[in-house]
Amino acid sequence: MSRRARILLKSVVWILCLLPLVVLGYRAATGDLGANPISFVTNWLGQWTFRLLLLTVALTPIRVLFGISWPISLRRLLGLFAFSYACLHFSIWILVDHFFNWDQMIADIVKRRYITVGMLALTLLVPLAVTSTNAMVRRLGGAAWRRLHRLVYVVGVLAALHFLWLAKKGRIDPYVYAAILSLLLGIRLWDAVRRALRKRRHEQAAKEPALA
Amino acid sequence: MLIKRAPMFKASEITDLKLYCNRREFMVGAAALALFPTVAAATSTPSGQPLKATRNPAFNNSDAATKFESATTYNNFYEFGVNKEDPARLAHTLRPRPWTVQVDGHVAKPKTYDVNDLLRLSPLEERVYALRCVEGWSMVIPWIGFPLASLLKRVEPTGQAKFVEFTTLLDPEQFPAQRKGLLNFSSLDWPYVEGLRLDEAMHPLTLLTVGMYGQVLPNQNGAPIRVVVPWKYGFKSAKSIVRIRLVSDQPKTAWEKAQPQEYGFYSNVNPMVDHPRWSQASERRIGEFLRRKTPMFNGYADQVGSLYAGMDLRKYF
Repeated sequence: MSRRARILLKSVVWILCLLPLVVLGYRAATGDLGANPISFVTNWLGQWTFRLLLLTVALTPIRVLFGISWPISLRRLLGLFAFSYACLHFSIWILVDHFFNWDQMIADIVKRRYITVGMLALTLLVPLAVTSTNAMVRRLGGAAWRRLHRLVYVVGVLAALHFLWLAKKGRIDPYVYAAILSLLLGIRLWDAVRRALRKRRHEQAAKEPALA
Repeated sequence: MLIKRAPMFKASEITDLKLYCNRREFMVGAAALALFPTVAAATSTPSGQPLKATRNPAFNNSDAATKFESATTYNNFYEFGVNKEDPARLAHTLRPRPWTVQVDGHVAKPKTYDVNDLLRLSPLEERVYALRCVEGWSMVIPWIGFPLASLLKRVEPTGQAKFVEFTTLLDPEQFPAQRKGLLNFSSLDWPYVEGLRLDEAMHPLTLLTVGMYGQVLPNQNGAPIRVVVPWKYGFKSAKSIVRIRLVSDQPKTAWEKAQPQEYGFYSNVNPMVDHPRWSQASERRIGEFLRRKTPMFNGYADQVGSLYAGMDLRKYF
């Protein structure tokens, strides 16, 4: 991909990732956030966090299945946007919903398991965001960096639990998100097993001539 | 009875009567009335029409009433769907006339009432009640109705009657969410069943409700007839009732069947007893920014506290 094409692609992704915030701002300005605006904004930001997270995690499975690898170049950008939305989602909860009622919040984090896993997911995203720069990749070394960034799957599972546990009975969307995540994780797992088997075959093939 | 005279809520706080939510029915009704005046009178939906009632100052609330628009667009009514905006969007599918309510069970005089007759059974009064949802939000609503006790006394409960069971209409034609969905998925077991202890049902606060904000009850708020039990979480106040049955055993309610560990039979508003997944200590009043503390029995502790004297409210949540 040419440099110009890359810049164009990233600009488009930037705009698309900012679109949910623009829509939210527009709805806020036109008084279209419903009867419970704080709840609306929290849910909106949480949902977009999860969508961006799933998109980030989907890029490798897309390469595995279809051999399309250019989307990988968008992974950092999408991941950082997911992190940004997660931070906004958290800020609304802490700043607006509970309005600095720390006692209540700490009690909630400890006692409510959907908040516990949500907080944990956000916390685990921090080292991933911090080590997202090229310099950090070099410093850590590719293998260690990749191992660290597999944490994103843990974050995905925690996010799915967060949604499943907070949603009231009868809602289908938390299950849809969890199913998509399971599918993506399944593809990665299948790919890992496949590669491990292939590697072993190669090693055996390498040994066999020596035996012959 | 209350002696304290709470300040009247400001009439200006209440949004003007709007036909907004029922504009389709209104237009259809108006057209029908023009074409077939006699037929229209029998079949048109009265929701949205003004309903006369005398304000009862003994049941008032010092807080401003929630905006009519909020109270009619932010609803939990699972028969229409699980999202808050579903009831307002789909409410036109419900036909609140003709409608009958069967009152039976352990009573000396069982009777099936036409809802129009129920409206004339007892003088209609307006009462402003706080409404607290189990999800942690609340509203203040001027309801119109009369005490459920007036109806129950007429049918003369026998000594065996210990509980009152309310059943909501079961009709997938009128309630879209009662249709079987994908993989037979259903949010609750239909019909929706709620229940009260007889003394709770006979309590003067328990209101058989046919209107709100000076008009006939909008469909999304449980037309044509519902109960309002202000010291309990909102889901205890059954909507669109077709049957009121007096029974000797504690009814198995819809939410108890669905999630017994989360929703008990009593479900009294209680800031000290948390929902297993969230705190009940505070609530967001719709229209306000800061959360407010939730009072015991939703502020009706003086009136209803004695009903639960000596009961472990953690056990009987």
